[in-house]
Amino acid sequence: MNPGLVIYEEEFRKISGICDRLTRDASARVVFLVDKNGQLIAATGQAKNLDTTSLASLTAGNVAAMGGLAKLIGEKEFPSQFHEGERESLHMSIVGGRVVLVVIFDARSSLGLVRLRVKKAGEELARVFEQLSQRQAAPGAQSPFAEITDDDIDNLFSA
Amino acid sequence: MSFINYSSREINCKIVFYGPGLCGKTTNLQYVYARTTPEAKGKMISLATETERTLFFDFLPLSLGEIRGFKTRFHLYTVPGQVFYDASRKLILKGVDGVVFVADSQIERMEANLESVENLRVNLAEQGYDLNRIPYVVQYNKRDLPNVATVDELRRLLNPRGVPEFQAVAPTGVGVFDTLKSVAKLVLTELKRGG
Repeated sequence: MNPGLVIYEEEFRKISGICDRLTRDASARVVFLVDKNGQLIAATGQAKNLDTTSLASLTAGNVAAMGGLAKLIGEKEFPSQFHEGERESLHMSIVGGRVVLVVIFDARSSLGLVRLRVKKAGEELARVFEQLSQRQAAPGAQSPFAEITDDDIDNLFSA
Repeated sequence: MSFINYSSREINCKIVFYGPGLCGKTTNLQYVYARTTPEAKGKMISLATETERTLFFDFLPLSLGEIRGFKTRFHLYTVPGQVFYDASRKLILKGVDGVVFVADSQIERMEANLESVENLRVNLAEQGYDLNRIPYVVQYNKRDLPNVATVDELRRLLNPRGVPEFQAVAPTGVGVFDTLKSVAKLVLTELKRGG
């Protein structure tokens, strides 16, 4: 099976820092980062009242569907997409082939500004994820879950 | 593909309910949703047609509790069962950690069941997974209907490998949580082994 995505404290801090800065630099309402399978990695900005779990899952579904469409017309993928609403707009871009950076913004920002800031943040994030995959692929990197026992798993279901 | 976050101390896994059209995949999720406490579940999302047929997927996030300080979260997805939605089914299998095959026990749906298992095998293989190795359980649903095949017959056709299997009546919840617990356990065991 494919190895799962593992994020350690150090990388998580870096990722959150980049997303935080992007929120400010792009005058965005919310920035969040989702892995292509729909798992939320980080959310910054005014994310409190948002159902980020659903957002993450639908983002992944959307990116997967657009990726499928891209292949049908002979493209590898659509690296970014933009959806404009009456008040809120949404910009999604694929970072490092593995995660999706989503920016939600309103009239206080603009598509041009978001695109510009996303480009830089995307490059920084790609580097962090590159480090992460090297860390995971390093010899001796065992499953971080290896120390749990069958009893631990059983206990989860006995309650 | 599981996602482990050391910072928030969370383990996230993805389980997909697969099976032919109208076998009860969405009903399984609806029952789980209805019978789970609000703290343990998120919002259930159904991308369905006007006639309530699944168009893309249903999604239900569930928390199962903690293992050694890590919150375990399961994301349950269904695929659209109708044959012509195959492109969508492939997308939903991306990054899957465990699969539940929901079979329709009615004799007249046996061919559809067989076709769907084969479709699952092919679509998993396209994503680099092997149905014989991935955490996998089978549910024989609709056991309350009059015209059902025997469990022996269903097993012979749909579960020759003898993976965990459950009889179910999804609308009333018979077998629903047993199926879910079984696949969740297999997923965690696989994770422990370093899958």
